[in-house]
Amino acid sequence: MMPPVIQVSQLSYRYDDGTVALSGVDFHLNAGETVALLGENGSGKTTFALHLNGLLTGQGDVTVCGLPVNAKNAATVRRKIGLVFQDSESQLFMPTVLEDVAFGPLNQGMSPDKAVERALVALRQVGMSAAAAKAPYHLSAGQKKRVAIAGILAVDPEILVLDEPTTFLDPPGQRALADLLAGLPQAKILITHDVPFARATCSRAVFFKGGKILREGTVEEIAVQEEWEFRPRRAEF
Amino acid sequence: MHHVTLDTWSRGASALHRRDPRAKVAALIVFLVVLGTAQRDLAWLGAVLFAFLLAGLRWAKLPLRAALARAGVVLPFTAMFAAVSWLAGDPARGAALVMKSYLSALAVLLLVSTTPLPLLLRGLEMTGTPRFLLMVAQFLYRYLFVISEEAQHMRIAAAARGATVGGLTGNGARFRAAAGALAVLFARSYGRAELIHRAMLARGFPGYFRPLIAPRFSRTDTLFAGICGASPIVMRIIIESVA
Repeated sequence: MMPPVIQVSQLSYRYDDGTVALSGVDFHLNAGETVALLGENGSGKTTFALHLNGLLTGQGDVTVCGLPVNAKNAATVRRKIGLVFQDSESQLFMPTVLEDVAFGPLNQGMSPDKAVERALVALRQVGMSAAAAKAPYHLSAGQKKRVAIAGILAVDPEILVLDEPTTFLDPPGQRALADLLAGLPQAKILITHDVPFARATCSRAVFFKGGKILREGTVEEIAVQEEWEFRPRRAEF
Repeated sequence: MHHVTLDTWSRGASALHRRDPRAKVAALIVFLVVLGTAQRDLAWLGAVLFAFLLAGLRWAKLPLRAALARAGVVLPFTAMFAAVSWLAGDPARGAALVMKSYLSALAVLLLVSTTPLPLLLRGLEMTGTPRFLLMVAQFLYRYLFVISEEAQHMRIAAAARGATVGGLTGNGARFRAAAGALAVLFARSYGRAELIHRAMLARGFPGYFRPLIAPRFSRTDTLFAGICGASPIVMRIIIESVA
């Protein structure tokens, strides 16, 4: 059996203001699987994701593709994990869409021509080829989200981590994203409150509460056990 | 938005737009030095240089009135100093200050309206401008829109809760409200900067931008820089020798 692509043992993290964000988290992600991180706002999901590529460093062990995540390996680990942030506006910092998507490949040492080629392929994957020459601030929120995803696909990571990927996407956009993710071979972690989306895309889910993983199972099991899906309390208002 | 308009203009297709940014920057520097160091016959020189810039605006197919109005953004600042000179009994100096600052702004506007920002920054980088300075300029330009949009959201949110400028009684209350809004805007901008830095690191940012575009300096660019750089010098020499 292949070793997990991500292995986390007893991870704990405390913010400067004393808030305990993570407390003894154990987690693993196998090659090719897609796992949903569910849980309350402020339960530690995003903080956990930031530890996976060394943007935050807590106590405990984090291993990605066999490499311990530390300052020495940070550059290599960041090539292996593509992180799509919740707020696309913060992720699109270059003057044009094409330059933004090519940012990662250029940092990997690719030539400008090769980086542009990669960027155009990634933009085609998310259906945003027509926006290549546009400035990011000319795009709608949903389009920004797609471009942010293209920026990660362009670096061809081994693992994808998407924080609230369906935010700002309309239902057809959500379906297109689910289809896109289903066609990608990488292992994936989806941080989401969108249970139907998680149900459609993830084979497994973990439930965060108070900085700990409280429960693990299928999305369906967690949705039932934690009552983690919106249902009106009364049939009529 | 002011800079969205400039961004749209800069992506035109005129011959001036196609010139290498380094050639345009060189011509601009010569123009500014000629204008800034002039002491005599300023009215004539100002008129001729203004006509020179108008020709540039026409060549670039930019909307004249809108461009002239945008260059006027510097006038409130210089008008204050000009008024001080006027009151001190030196109105000629005040007028020269207004004329020089307006023409300088118009010349800079002509450059940024005919050169997309990525190309301009790349051109400046190739001429040896410090990378850090260029990075700051790039971020300032990119996030000016985001910050002003956030300010707009705050204004709407305040208005939705019944806030009006007239509703705040007394200058003290207005000042406190404006200061509070600015503080929130600063805190949000700071938070945004942290998020951006994280996003950059997550995509392998090594501490400097690797260029995607490489401008090529052609013979036409050399000719352009020569003619546009020499023209203001020749104009000034002729005016000062005739007068």
